[in-house]
Amino acid sequence: MLAYALKRTGLAVIITAISLILLISMIQFIPGDPAAVLLGPLASPEMRELFKQQMGLDQPAIIQIARFFGRVLTGDLGTDVLTNRSVLITVVEQLPYTLALIATSIGWSALLGIPLGCFAAVYRGSLADRIVGVLSVSSIALPSFVVAVYGLLLFSVRLGWFPTIGAGDTGAPLDQLYHLVLPSLAVGLGWVGYLARMVRASMLEVLSENHIRLARAFGLQERTITYQYALKIAIIPTIVILGMGVGNMISSAVFAEIVFARPGVGRLIFDAISTRNYPVVMGAVMITTGFYVLCTLAADLIAAGLDPRVRSAL
Amino acid sequence: MAEPEGLLDIDNLSVSFRTPRGDLQALRNVSLKMGKGEIVGVIGESGCGKSTLINSIIGLLPANTCALSGHIRFAGEDIVGMADRDLRRLRGERITTIFQDPMTALNPVLSIGTQMTAIQYRRNSSPREKQRRTVEFLEKVRMPDAEKRLGQYPHQFSGGMRQRICIAMALLTEPDLLIADEPTTALDATLEVQVIRLLRELQRDIGCSVLFISHHLGAVAELCERVAIMYAGEVVEQGSVRDIFRDPRHPYTRKLLECDPGRILELRAVMPTIGGDLPDLVHIPKGCIFRERCPDRFERCSERPPVETIRAGHRAACHKARELANP
Repeated sequence: MLAYALKRTGLAVIITAISLILLISMIQFIPGDPAAVLLGPLASPEMRELFKQQMGLDQPAIIQIARFFGRVLTGDLGTDVLTNRSVLITVVEQLPYTLALIATSIGWSALLGIPLGCFAAVYRGSLADRIVGVLSVSSIALPSFVVAVYGLLLFSVRLGWFPTIGAGDTGAPLDQLYHLVLPSLAVGLGWVGYLARMVRASMLEVLSENHIRLARAFGLQERTITYQYALKIAIIPTIVILGMGVGNMISSAVFAEIVFARPGVGRLIFDAISTRNYPVVMGAVMITTGFYVLCTLAADLIAAGLDPRVRSAL
Repeated sequence: MAEPEGLLDIDNLSVSFRTPRGDLQALRNVSLKMGKGEIVGVIGESGCGKSTLINSIIGLLPANTCALSGHIRFAGEDIVGMADRDLRRLRGERITTIFQDPMTALNPVLSIGTQMTAIQYRRNSSPREKQRRTVEFLEKVRMPDAEKRLGQYPHQFSGGMRQRICIAMALLTEPDLLIADEPTTALDATLEVQVIRLLRELQRDIGCSVLFISHHLGAVAELCERVAIMYAGEVVEQGSVRDIFRDPRHPYTRKLLECDPGRILELRAVMPTIGGDLPDLVHIPKGCIFRERCPDRFERCSERPPVETIRAGHRAACHKARELANP
């Protein structure tokens, strides 16, 4: 296991480095002169030249990329053009809000979706299975921004059960959780159906395998067979998908954070793009990239912990 | 040969499955008796109902089973119609099964030790004692370094070793009846001999009855005392190994023995086969089930043949059973 973990972590570091270099290189392809954009149309050519020299924009592309990468490695993601603050600090300040949103969304959808999938697989073909199936597909089909907008209209505006905007008072966890209910409903709902379908499919596959028949032939209890013998295998592909899904959730979080006027990385990126605050966009995208790599790494390590075959494969 | 005191008495068992084409009659009027401590072989080609027979005995018929009639009396209790709870009590306690493919028979994400301890859940002994028994039985099937290998996973063992693990698991439960469903089919020839010897040795040790399902005639002849020949869901002939192999009376048995590579003495370019295909079990033809492929068929074969008793314990379902004696 340790050997696998080390190899997989090494791989994650390489992946992060490559994706960072790609991201940095992309700056070179952004159309327009950054100096003109940042200094505005009234700036004189001399000012632009000076700015380019200060920012190192007069250097060849490869040197710019290498410098940028070097700075990123030391934790310097540049300076917010509008506030002159460190981008790293700006992003890290916003990160907990997004992490909380993603964690609650994935948490409730996994807690509901995985047992639903098991249930549907065990009672395959029953009425309950069909109901779960229809609800799952409907929940997958609903885009999260639609859920967000209608959830807001119904539960906050009309019924007044939940707050409409913000993330709650700092230092009041219950209030923050209360503010998370609707956004995490919007972000997580599609995942409930998705997880239920995935778990059902892989459970059905595992339950039809020979070793399950052997376990039954030995008179093991159905509960033991379902949760210890079958689910432990069936959950593995789901965990791997969850790892990638958590990364992808950042994009759903953008919608939720805008609709519910919550702080967070998604909103930060959105605002930064609207104000052409490129260093912040870059920094935020880098951090979310790193987060994505971390999530897939964690998922793969959990999967390896569950499946001895994976451990000896890499 | 007289039939010893009964342990398993399958009486007129019929099983049908619902399929899109109609009801498939997988087993029809199967009767088979097994005594305590006896080793009985069941021979038949693929699709003849061997697996359905096993699944009926252990009460694990698939969900599309639509008709089940007859009786399976195990130690006096009828398994047909028994509640799931009671069936589960029999499985892994009094009846244990070894399946065909050892490569997929073990759970890939649980260690051997975990799986072998889990099946002892009915025993009121400490985990330590259960582990000691596990090691003891692994040693019985000659697993080297048994204690060290408890923490290993199935993929770390070879096919032959996995089958020995399955046998050890089956014996751990000290069953009255061990069902071996083609336990050697997935193994190569040398391993096959080893596994069969091991089975016989352990059977003597524990004193259980063994129902040995196979399509390998040699293996059955080596291991079993009595044998039943199945064809298309019916038992066409049964008797002692000696009677069946020396004086087969059903044409199917006779053809089957002719096709056994182990009994073909001269060199031939083409191996003998039985011409034709298995009959359609959804629309069962009237009369003898083997008629279409039978070399000895005559007009009476359109009537269902009676089960003729050739000698004590030797029965064949053929109109010509009394005539078809080996010279």
